[in-house]
Amino acid sequence: MANGPKTGNSRVVKYNKWGYIFLIPFVLVYLVFQMIPLITTIYNSFFENYMSGLKQIGPNFIGLENYKEIVSNGDLINYTRNTLIMWVLGFVPQIFFSLLLGAWFSDQRLRVRCAGFFKTVIYLPNLIMAASFAMLFFTLFADSGPINTTLINWGVFSEPYKFLEHAAGSRGLVAFMNFLMWFGNTTILLMAGMMGIDGSLFEAAQVDGATSTQVFFRITLPLLRPILLYVMITSLIGGLQMFDVPQVLTNGKGNPARMSMTLIMYLNNHLYSKNFGMAGALSVFLFIITGILSLLVYRFSVRDNNADEVKKRSRNKA
Amino acid sequence: MRQDKEYNVEGGLGLTVRRVIAYTVLILLTFLCLFWFYILFVNASRAHSDLARGFTLVPGSYLIKNWKAVMGGTQPIVKGMVNSFIVAACASVLSVYFSTMTAYAIHVYDFKAKKAIFTFILAVMMIPTQVTALGFIKLVQGIKLENSFIPLVIPAIAAPATFYYMKQYMESALPHAIVEAARIDGANEVRTFNTISMPMMKPAIAVQLIFTFVFNWNNYFTPALILHDDKKKTLPILIAQLRSADFLKFDMGQVYVTIAFSIFPVIVVYLCLSRFIVGGVALGSVKG
Repeated sequence: MANGPKTGNSRVVKYNKWGYIFLIPFVLVYLVFQMIPLITTIYNSFFENYMSGLKQIGPNFIGLENYKEIVSNGDLINYTRNTLIMWVLGFVPQIFFSLLLGAWFSDQRLRVRCAGFFKTVIYLPNLIMAASFAMLFFTLFADSGPINTTLINWGVFSEPYKFLEHAAGSRGLVAFMNFLMWFGNTTILLMAGMMGIDGSLFEAAQVDGATSTQVFFRITLPLLRPILLYVMITSLIGGLQMFDVPQVLTNGKGNPARMSMTLIMYLNNHLYSKNFGMAGALSVFLFIITGILSLLVYRFSVRDNNADEVKKRSRNKA
Repeated sequence: MRQDKEYNVEGGLGLTVRRVIAYTVLILLTFLCLFWFYILFVNASRAHSDLARGFTLVPGSYLIKNWKAVMGGTQPIVKGMVNSFIVAACASVLSVYFSTMTAYAIHVYDFKAKKAIFTFILAVMMIPTQVTALGFIKLVQGIKLENSFIPLVIPAIAAPATFYYMKQYMESALPHAIVEAARIDGANEVRTFNTISMPMMKPAIAVQLIFTFVFNWNNYFTPALILHDDKKKTLPILIAQLRSADFLKFDMGQVYVTIAFSIFPVIVVYLCLSRFIVGGVALGSVKG
């Protein structure tokens, strides 16, 4: 912003101090409620500080012991793996159906009727309280719940399938709920991106005799890359924060045998049991993982493409 | 129309076939999205004994009775709803007003730290709130604000994502000339912001009010760490409690009504504002 003194006008300078004044509420609240907590969190990660029964242990400074502990007991790796598995299981169908629906909605030849209705419906689950949605699925998929009863009546199963006692069952349910809650949102984002593509490209392709499939893979997909990237990064970061659904579905236990326990559920457990040292170390790890992953995905997708440039340009346009 | 046919002959699936596939998939997905809420409605209207016997697609006649039983029950559901509403309403209003103000500061004025502050806000946009939860609890305990709505409402003032949405919207909707004109007419800066700029941001403000309201209404993680007093608990905490209580002791009709209670108000409001909301999703995020 070194734009030099355009006019050197003292009135302009007088106005510009208001920039600082208007920033005061945000900066103040940010410092108090986010910056200080972040520093305290990092600070706490270097201390032994937990409850042993009713007795408080610590806080004693122990350097990096919490970090060593959290890595060596295998929990961090396990819960990271769980979280990522459930994210991928939900994300793959999500991106698949979103691309498909986006392509159909923005296809001029197909002219999907009632597109407004369909968009309204598929976005609906996104606004539902995740805790309630998980509770609903818990009751519906319970051992004696409606789904099991129906499947037995139809003769699909001879006895109830205990969803929460199988890794595939509980992870599958979590992933399925995440898919339902997010594919509408992703569809709308991708569609807006598809609408932004220059229509003359499609016309030219049609004239050249390209099929819809060719148009999709040769034109739509490459041009959509910046938005796909954006969707993927935000979904990944959202996925690492996965909490409400598995927490309520499994009552915070991550059934079966903690195989659907996510990183944030693990953090939540430490916070409840007042194991602040471990909670601190875990938070710092999460902070780093979030940072690295978003950077990695970004780098990886940008590498052989000028997606970055496209994104910048589209941003300037906006 | 003639051209359409000509191209279709050439390659891939015919248009009719593609339409059939498209509508089939769309109808299946529609079913998948709505089915659960329909069962919820049906089950909420059936008696416990009836529910135990099996599953139908026809609503029963117990809705009112179940409802009354929940109202008279031990779970403070109505109180929870009021609490959720207070938190969500206050947080969304504060968040949107001050995010707009912050965006305005960056958009309209030129000052030394501007670029640094803007970059900083974008950088911290990705930090999940859960990462700072430990420090947040310690802070709230330190200033004795446990069981208070203040730590759930005040931090909403610093919302980087809402700020970014507002900033993007301003680039296209708030020309500097308007601000200049207001100044020439003698309005001071605060007045210019409140009476000239805010009204021009109405569409973006409405969209963000809805989204931040829904986010706070549904939020479970932070409120569950702060609110322990039954009188203060918000709806998601009560729902989670329902899950952790011994499930089989409950009247299932009442369980379904309770879940319905937390889901259906949002669905009704959504259906009234859907055009607006669906439009708003695309508006913000693609620009971002």
